[in-house]
Amino acid sequence: MTRPILRPAPSPRQGIWDQFKKHKGALIGGLVLALMTLGVLLGDMLWSLDPQALDIRARDMRPIYTALWDNGAKVQWSHPLGTDNLGRDILANMIAGGQTSMAVGWVAMALSLLIGTIVGVLAGYVRMLDGALMRFTDLMLSLPILPLLLIAVTLFRAPLHSTLGPERGMFVLIVGVVGLTSWMQTARIVRSEVMSLKQREFILAARSAGTRPLAIIWRHLLPNVLSPIMVSATLGLATAIITESALSFLGVGFPPDYPTWGKMLADAVSRMDQYPERVVLPGLAISLTVLSVNYLGDGLRDALDPRVWQK
Amino acid sequence: MLSYTLRRLLFMVPTLLFISLVIFLLLDLAPGDPMAQVPLTVPPEVKERMREALGLGDPVHLRFVKWLVQFFWVEPMVLLDHLFGTGFSEGYQRILSWQTRSPVMATVAERLPQTLWVVGMAYVVGILIALPIGIYSAYRQYSVFDQAGTFITMIGFSIPPFFTGPLLIMVFAVQLKWFPTVYDTTHEIRDWNSFVFQLRQMVLPVMVLSLQTTAQISRFMRASVLENLNEDFVRTARAKGQSELRVVLRHVVRNSMIPVVTAIALGLPSVFGGAIITEVVFKVNGIGDQLLTALMTNDMPTVQTLAFLIAVLIVCFNLLADVLYGILDPRIRYD
Repeated sequence: MTRPILRPAPSPRQGIWDQFKKHKGALIGGLVLALMTLGVLLGDMLWSLDPQALDIRARDMRPIYTALWDNGAKVQWSHPLGTDNLGRDILANMIAGGQTSMAVGWVAMALSLLIGTIVGVLAGYVRMLDGALMRFTDLMLSLPILPLLLIAVTLFRAPLHSTLGPERGMFVLIVGVVGLTSWMQTARIVRSEVMSLKQREFILAARSAGTRPLAIIWRHLLPNVLSPIMVSATLGLATAIITESALSFLGVGFPPDYPTWGKMLADAVSRMDQYPERVVLPGLAISLTVLSVNYLGDGLRDALDPRVWQK
Repeated sequence: MLSYTLRRLLFMVPTLLFISLVIFLLLDLAPGDPMAQVPLTVPPEVKERMREALGLGDPVHLRFVKWLVQFFWVEPMVLLDHLFGTGFSEGYQRILSWQTRSPVMATVAERLPQTLWVVGMAYVVGILIALPIGIYSAYRQYSVFDQAGTFITMIGFSIPPFFTGPLLIMVFAVQLKWFPTVYDTTHEIRDWNSFVFQLRQMVLPVMVLSLQTTAQISRFMRASVLENLNEDFVRTARAKGQSELRVVLRHVVRNSMIPVVTAIALGLPSVFGGAIITEVVFKVNGIGDQLLTALMTNDMPTVQTLAFLIAVLIVCFNLLADVLYGILDPRIRYD
């Protein structure tokens, strides 16, 4: 008779990591996202060319790889990805644009998580507020988001320009409107999690030990709703980056001399038959970032679900 | 069922009021001046009279009520008059565009068909592609087909329409010259050739829009079929000796359609939102294009009306989704 082999149950952290490792797409996605973020953060140290520097003699350079199939192409090692119609270096612009797009994405995501978590915890924990807050969430969900964003950005651009300066004003505006209009899903998920956690014994124990409500929320509820929050964080990052690019594409984003991936793409569309790379490079950057974020979220959802890794 | 529908209908009223208030206040608080384009040589008292002529003299709440009346009472009457040749709306003032000085709804009526035609077609195509993909990839979970399907839907989720649009134009219109680059809205269908031309110019915008629909709906369908495949009634059906095709189509798919139908109804309004970008890319002059032009020219009545029209669409489709769910799944009616 063989004795059953007894192994200690995996600790939650180990279980999450083991499950996460199994999801190849999530691993690659996380890696690509980390590389892209590092690239735009450290890129302007490695590639110190000023993205705004005009060099009219070196304008309309093609990327260096076009020389592979086109001998007569105008290429130069000093501009590996070419230059635009005013001679600005495209690599430097991609890095600067990436910094803006990523910054908008991360900050807007943080804002929407903050609002969503507060609303969700309040609605789930305080019974009196539940009805009102959830009706409000439903109402917010039925707003036409893209038209409203367009309206808000166009109408509030001028006053914020004058008070905060053109770049900072636009940054605050876009982060604000994206954050204020994308917290609803987080709130719903957090609320339902909090509602079910509230009934568990450890909360009852904490309450009977005389823990104050705020401490219960901070010490016992929030750590336990962290996993759904993280999953919706990845979704939020993807939405924020796409929304910022869409606004830039429609011509209501950042000021003209301030590159973002969406605006580089929009500016290049009119001449894309001659210079396709100017559309493809920023477009690829956006898509790759969002794709890796989505895969990361997929893997996180599987890994953070205790039903999966405890089996 | 009736009380469920009525309750849902009643909830529509505060929702619509809230949305209209948000849109109205957003536009009202915004510091855009419709008189900004008027030359400086015009004396201030004339400017004041012009402002009053645009209806800007009244306090905010009065203007809000006025606008509500125009939208919900006058404009439907105009529609009735137009349909039946009656004269209800005579003597009432309609919502006028500041830019063209003509009724906003007249322009909307001209442009809406373009949007509906492209968006509706894209949605139908997207659903038709998505359903079989979703069913098959759930039936053969973790197969090569499923993995490929997951990858493609992830790409569909991740690549924004303002990138797929130019990309498709570049490949299919510029390089291969299969389809035209711009959507010609003045085109009339007279004979077979012009019909083929209409189809060809619709291919690219429909492809861009339906890529996203396909991604979302096929995900939904896959998840829903997966859930149902392990149900007891499926085992019973197999045990009765029914053919596999019949089991899947009759027992699994029919039950899986319940959440998918609501997802389809709920997704349509967001396609309208996404259509704004597609309309810009392909230069379709639909309502998305109208909204953008009105925004750029500070034409507030048009912006208000269009934003609210889209909101009405969203609310109506939410209602439709709820009612459909109630019909398909009697358990959630709670009556």
